[in-house]
Amino acid sequence: MNFLQFMMANRQQVLELTLEHITLAGVATLIAALIGIPLGILITRVPQLSKPILGGANIIQTIPSLALFGFLLPAPWIGERGSRLAILALALYALMPLIRNTYAGIQSVDPAVVEAGRAMGLTDRQLLFQVELPLASGVIVAGVRIATVLSIGLATIAAAIGAGGLGEFIFRGLAMVNNQVILAGAVPAALLALIADFALGRLERRLGSLRARS
Amino acid sequence: MNLPPNNAAIEFDHASFRLNGRPLLQDLVLSVNKGETLVLLGRSGSGKTTSLKLINRLLLPTEGAVRVNGRSTADWDPIQLRRSIGYVIQDGGLFPHFTVERNIALVPKIENWPAPRIDARIRELLTTVGLKPDLLSRYPSQLSGGQRQRVGVARALAADPPILILDEAFGALDPITRSEMQKEFRALQQRMKKTVIFVTHDLREALLLADRIALMEDGRLIVDLPVSEFKRSQEPLVRAYMEAFSGSPDPQPSGIGQTQSKESP
Repeated sequence: MNFLQFMMANRQQVLELTLEHITLAGVATLIAALIGIPLGILITRVPQLSKPILGGANIIQTIPSLALFGFLLPAPWIGERGSRLAILALALYALMPLIRNTYAGIQSVDPAVVEAGRAMGLTDRQLLFQVELPLASGVIVAGVRIATVLSIGLATIAAAIGAGGLGEFIFRGLAMVNNQVILAGAVPAALLALIADFALGRLERRLGSLRARS
Repeated sequence: MNLPPNNAAIEFDHASFRLNGRPLLQDLVLSVNKGETLVLLGRSGSGKTTSLKLINRLLLPTEGAVRVNGRSTADWDPIQLRRSIGYVIQDGGLFPHFTVERNIALVPKIENWPAPRIDARIRELLTTVGLKPDLLSRYPSQLSGGQRQRVGVARALAADPPILILDEAFGALDPITRSEMQKEFRALQQRMKKTVIFVTHDLREALLLADRIALMEDGRLIVDLPVSEFKRSQEPLVRAYMEAFSGSPDPQPSGIGQTQSKESP
């Protein structure tokens, strides 16, 4: 049986695991964005916090993923279900690109434009939402793109703690020493990453052109 | 110390500004009357832009005070203060992601003017600054330098602020456009009678636009004189400026009856 035949024979399960995989990576990226983008904004306003926050997110990234899953295992509620644990760990990893890109995006807005806005009498909030965030949106979406691709890749390891996703095939294939089974997990995961990369890349370029208009 | 006369729109009362201990502006005493055009003349680093930013509270004086309409900028709500002062910078400082229309409408919009009033005001301003309505849907990058500068002036005038401050406003323009803009601005000012503080390093521009010239150097005010007296001043720095610019044709600074602009009233 070749790879395609295997995929067809198991299409039900491939589909299920793909959906699980999308959920894991998607929810994790969403949570990371909800935390990371505001943190990125915060450190442009309170520069003293930029070192500890960027440093903290950086350290999290250096923890090997399997070890991070292990560390989080004893946590109450989180540790009860593999998927919760996986989402938390993936979100922690995705934090870094989101914080960093939000920060860099806002910092790179032309200071003359920001000052003009301030001099016109925009409040801090108006300046943020009408000027800084729109002009930083291309760079922020680039961060979302990195975080998404990262999460899709890392989510394969989540199967090791019973969180499901396409990693199931990979681990099973490894145990069975069966390349077809490994590929049945690896190929769809790679395709997901490519699709996300492509779609967010297009969005990024469109938003980036806001700035190029200057 | 003198009591502030009633018609002073802006007063610098021994205002100094220090950045990390380095004095950028030292003990400035200067007042600008309502309806008057004061040009702050000086080289880069002379403290003229710092003085400007003290007026709309982009900076607060580290010593002394700056009063706008008799009230210290430290006591003003900065947002209210800034919305009552039009601000024009080099190359317009327009928002690159806003169309011309949204750029001009910025302050009226955040001041919650009703949409029909904003529309009417935009049309009016287009005539005032000499722009065609078909530019409204364009982005700043799709405009020429002169057009951007006109949009910048229109944006500053949008909510009809009593005070207008301009920082090297025409500095990025080619000489011909620049001269056009200067003449139009002067005609405009003679009609509007706003209180104007105009920062420049160009003596010719200063002589053309100013009622009074304040010459600055190294964070200090050197002289503050009406244009006619400025030209006769024996102050060495004034002489140096006059000589540096003397190779150029006389800009006829006396200025009366010289409104040959397209849109003079």
